[in-house]
Amino acid sequence: MTNSEKNRLKDKAFQVFGVFCTFIGLVVLAIFLIDILIEGFTRIDWEFLTNLPSRRASRAGILTAWVGTFWILILTSVIAFPLGISAGVYLEEYSKKNRLNSFLEVNIANLAGVPSIIYGLLGLEIFARVMGLGGSLLAGALTLSLLVLPIIIVTTREAIKAVPRSIRDASYALGASKWQTTWNQVLPASFGGILTGIILALSRAVGEAAPLIVIGALAYVPFVPTSPTDEFTVLPIQIFNWTSRPQADFLVNAAAAIIILLLITFILNGIAVYLRNKWQNKVKW
Amino acid sequence: MLYLTSSISRLGAALALGGTLLLTACGGNQEGGSDLTGSIQIDGSSTVYPITEAVAEEFRAEAPKVRVTVGVSGSGGGFKKFSRGEIDITNASRSIKESEAAVAKENSITYLELPVAFDGLTVVVHPENDWVKDITVAELKKMWEPAAQGKIKKWNQIRPEWPDKEIHLYGAGVESGTYDYFTEAIVGESHASRGDYTASEDDNVLVQGVSTDPLALGFFGYAYYEENKAKLKAIPVDDQNEENGKGAIMPSIETVKDGTYAPLSRPLFIYVNSKAVARPEVVEFVNFYLDNAGALSEEVGYISMPDEQYEAQKKKFQEFAAGTPVAAAQQ
Repeated sequence: MTNSEKNRLKDKAFQVFGVFCTFIGLVVLAIFLIDILIEGFTRIDWEFLTNLPSRRASRAGILTAWVGTFWILILTSVIAFPLGISAGVYLEEYSKKNRLNSFLEVNIANLAGVPSIIYGLLGLEIFARVMGLGGSLLAGALTLSLLVLPIIIVTTREAIKAVPRSIRDASYALGASKWQTTWNQVLPASFGGILTGIILALSRAVGEAAPLIVIGALAYVPFVPTSPTDEFTVLPIQIFNWTSRPQADFLVNAAAAIIILLLITFILNGIAVYLRNKWQNKVKW
Repeated sequence: MLYLTSSISRLGAALALGGTLLLTACGGNQEGGSDLTGSIQIDGSSTVYPITEAVAEEFRAEAPKVRVTVGVSGSGGGFKKFSRGEIDITNASRSIKESEAAVAKENSITYLELPVAFDGLTVVVHPENDWVKDITVAELKKMWEPAAQGKIKKWNQIRPEWPDKEIHLYGAGVESGTYDYFTEAIVGESHASRGDYTASEDDNVLVQGVSTDPLALGFFGYAYYEENKAKLKAIPVDDQNEENGKGAIMPSIETVKDGTYAPLSRPLFIYVNSKAVARPEVVEFVNFYLDNAGALSEEVGYISMPDEQYEAQKKKFQEFAAGTPVAAAQQ
């Protein structure tokens, strides 16, 4: 066997291995989705979406849970996006290379790896107790904001990094200030990438149960929250609660709630992908 | 009381419950329940949660303007919040610990413990296991105590006539009240056991484990056995105390209720904060709880206490709510 033949064989082998790796993830996901769909799909009807929690699996609904999830998502977006994007812009465009800033950078990267339950304990102490917010939507959203901030900051920075130096130079050459350059050139050009970060952040936030349980989010809430200071429950807590019940009917409910949760995630991602494509088509150099 | 049927048939329980509610609705309440407003915050054990959820659900028909919310942060998490005065009532699948009671005392919180139902911790093996016909508490201790770690690995180490095969243990996770109760009852010391067993806070995971492992032995709440009878085999337990039933006793609604399934039948509690009972909606709710806990606990898979016990608890609570020092000094 000649050397080039050997290399070609290696190439082929890696290709097969790569396909195998790609499919493992997809196949497992597909099995999970099909299983959940078979078990839960028929359970979803209007009543399931509009009923309050109940001890009878057949009458239990997820109204308060999905409304709570939407509240949390909106509040978390409102709190975390401006903070995260601003921090990313600062670190990438303004900060000087000094020890304080590299210290900040290392820590933000580390924060992305902290287990979510730790954020829950932090939120319980600071937001629920010291700030006196209790187990309210606001306390939950603030806690999840902390949780997703590192993701937004890191992806914002990556997106900004990808904007060519020449764009900034051209802007400066025309007499634009740093702020004008950032606002009118850099941010629009990197917005597609930033949106990707936002998708990741929201998808993370939507599935969290543990930190919210710690700050005092509830399982049985018989009213729809109407203000950020109201108590709440979210879909993942309802799912967690139902999967641990002995009666098989509750497991079906859990599967149905998982489908709704996935649907919310897919819709959110869909919106973000749509916005990103629209935005990217606009930016032409 | 007709509604305390010993059968747990869903239909029976549901019909009986309907009857009870009708009765309470017609009977009316001293306070004129439906006008009550306010909110009641409950948290704690996820084991007790289904009962409290059921009571809260029915209470909504009684007093629609009262906002009752229930969390599931666990017996320990619930006591933490309860002893800081952050919640009115906490669900607990074990009694309050000394350390938790000390915190409550520091914050000058007095409280009342009310048992609301029973659960029978059920010892189970795989259905193909044909050698275990019964087990004694001493044998359970031998396999679960801390000293067993790494040493007790085969069935015949526990009883010589059992086969020379590995034993695989499945049990509640160390954070759960179930674990605390089991270790207290079997090992003799709360929170002490071997560490080399498959632990899960989710009983459905344990059901899954035992039902797929022919060499398994595990324990969990009676409802999980009842719902999965086809894939599990329950083992009668002998506490070698003839006073409460002779020989090995199988867990069942009757044996748990009459106390012969010892020591693994455990009471489930709610704890009520004395400051909260100054509010009429809390008093109403707790009374409603004790009136309906029997029927509702059976409906969600637990075992009700005898009628006279609910009456006794109600009396205890009324004294407590009236501020009688005897009751307030409980615990």
